[in-house]
Amino acid sequence: MPQFAIIGVSILFDGLAYAMFLFITSVGLSVTMGLMGFVNLAHGAFAMAGGYIVVALTRNLGIGFVPSLFIAAVLVGLISVVFERGLYRRLYKSTDLEQVLLTIGLAFMAIATATYFFGPIPKSVPLPTWLQGDINLGFRAFPTYRAFLIIVGLVLISVLWYGFEKTNIGAKIRAAVDNRRMAESVGINVDLLFTLTFALGSALAALGGGLAIQLFGLSPSFAVLYLVLFLIVVAVGGLGSLKGTLLAALVIGVIDTAGKYLYAEAGGFFIYAITVIVLLIKPAGFYGRE
Amino acid sequence: MRLNKWAGAAALALLVGGTAAQAENIKIGVVLAFSGANADLGQQIDKAFDLYVKLHAKDIAPHTVTLVKRDEGPPTGANAKTVTTELITNDKVNLLAGFVFSPSAIAVAPVVSQAKIPMIVSNAGTAWITNLSPYIARLSFSMWHHGHTMGPFAFDKIGCKTAALAYTDFPPGKDSTDAFKAGFEKAGGKITDSIPLGSAVQVPDFTPFFQRIKDSKPDCMYVFIPSGAHATGVTKAYGELGMRKAGIKLIGPLDLIPDNKLQDMGDAAIGTVVMGNYSVDLENAENKAFVEAWHKEYGKDSYPDFMSAAGWDTMRAIFDTIKKVNGNVTDGAKFVDAMKGWSAKSPRGDVSIDPNTRDIVQDEHAMEVIRKADGKLGIKVLGTTKAVKDECKEQKIGRCGS
Repeated sequence: MPQFAIIGVSILFDGLAYAMFLFITSVGLSVTMGLMGFVNLAHGAFAMAGGYIVVALTRNLGIGFVPSLFIAAVLVGLISVVFERGLYRRLYKSTDLEQVLLTIGLAFMAIATATYFFGPIPKSVPLPTWLQGDINLGFRAFPTYRAFLIIVGLVLISVLWYGFEKTNIGAKIRAAVDNRRMAESVGINVDLLFTLTFALGSALAALGGGLAIQLFGLSPSFAVLYLVLFLIVVAVGGLGSLKGTLLAALVIGVIDTAGKYLYAEAGGFFIYAITVIVLLIKPAGFYGRE
Repeated sequence: MRLNKWAGAAALALLVGGTAAQAENIKIGVVLAFSGANADLGQQIDKAFDLYVKLHAKDIAPHTVTLVKRDEGPPTGANAKTVTTELITNDKVNLLAGFVFSPSAIAVAPVVSQAKIPMIVSNAGTAWITNLSPYIARLSFSMWHHGHTMGPFAFDKIGCKTAALAYTDFPPGKDSTDAFKAGFEKAGGKITDSIPLGSAVQVPDFTPFFQRIKDSKPDCMYVFIPSGAHATGVTKAYGELGMRKAGIKLIGPLDLIPDNKLQDMGDAAIGTVVMGNYSVDLENAENKAFVEAWHKEYGKDSYPDFMSAAGWDTMRAIFDTIKKVNGNVTDGAKFVDAMKGWSAKSPRGDVSIDPNTRDIVQDEHAMEVIRKADGKLGIKVLGTTKAVKDECKEQKIGRCGS
């Protein structure tokens, strides 16, 4: 295989793995913003919480990495319901500024709490042997963990697509995103719907947080450090759109990886360039409502 | 008002007391990062300060010291400048010690020049910090100590004929890779690539950068990252991509394998070679005593690192100088003069203060990460370069020449 093709495949592979992480972690944020217009800057804190639960389960209780991911997602999903019912609900009708202040405050409290219990030193998780090492395809070896990331991402996308497009509850969510008042007037319980999607989004964020430990390491500041990335994906994809978030994650993941590989000197510049260009052409993002 | 009277009385007492040897209480302002993401860095130095003072307070009798501690804040310098000014004007400290981040030391330099207060740096590593004020002395290192020494060592001993550079894009990163490049090219090596890895704030996805390096097949990859979350990320990406198997060795300054994160790094870290001034595993009598005292005070699971060792030597240099000037610390210039040429056997090896630059002269150890007999990761010293000076100032490169 010629060298440029090998490099191309390699960039696609790494970019795809990165895109899957971006998608899993951001999709919840997109739905929350699209459905309720709620600006949830504590989204990263849910991801961080998921990460720390995975660390605690694998390190202290000796539970495997994959079951830990699942438990972390469920736990954070449940905890997020408490927050949604107790705090978020009160501010649905408030201004953006009040929502931002509440949720960024929560994020900082989450950072302090994580520092108190886990310390400021970054944590890592022990991976099972079948996720370590690489898969050799002859012309190139690919890290096994990244292949795993891609598979998890693809499975989730299929499940979410089926849930959103083919089930009754998915149809209700789409209806509520499109026109909330109309959805309510035909008898859809949008409040309950929102609690459900919020919990699902937070659970996915927790899953993303758990998956990210191997990529970035996990420290308490995770809650705000990567928030910008998630917000970029949401903005580029369009609020509340599953398709948009996926497309944005793919575009950003692959172009960012290609930029870093081919034009390393310009480093992290590309991700912002894409954002600016897309938003100039389509201010509401790929699939946002203008 | 009352305070003024008290201060006046104290000043009067000082005048009356004159030069007669009397017990002085010397106030040392300690400025370290105690909060935020880098709180553990401040703690490592603070613990060393406290330990030294506890064990050696009697050495300077009849004089005593009081440590007044303040938070350095984030690595921007603004907070450090504010608290240092307060320490000097409100708390009337005689000496300053600490400073984790280069921006802090740089921001504080004009303050100590004006106040004529000696400032003893225990970490901040940008080479030209000691050029900024005649009141600054440094006990830690300059980026050039590790980077420049690694150049010829990598070429001669590790077998790096070509090397790619990768660095976090902030001043010490550029400093460290410039230092390595200067030493490496002089020895005959060739640099194949130089890649900025994004800002110090966020750990990036290292994979695309490293994949690029892997494809260009250099013998070695010299990486500088801030000693923290980045370090774990580098080792992970390096291991995941199978770069060691591909024949690319990972080398860098000590920051690449922080002692307190090493165990978490796993097998991927084994074989990494770093250049540095300290490791818990260094074999010398002073280090053995130091580590023992540390365990006794802070428990078996707490380990000192290179920052702690620099903190320990900072206090030691201060105490030795206090003895030398017999507690007379009111003249800052005299105190710094007395510190010039100070030397000691330290846990790090032989150390001294260069009288010309007020910077540290120390042994640099090339250390390889190994799996020790007890199953833990540790280091093996491959070679030691004695009495290394800051080459940036020796060669008067850039701002080091001013």
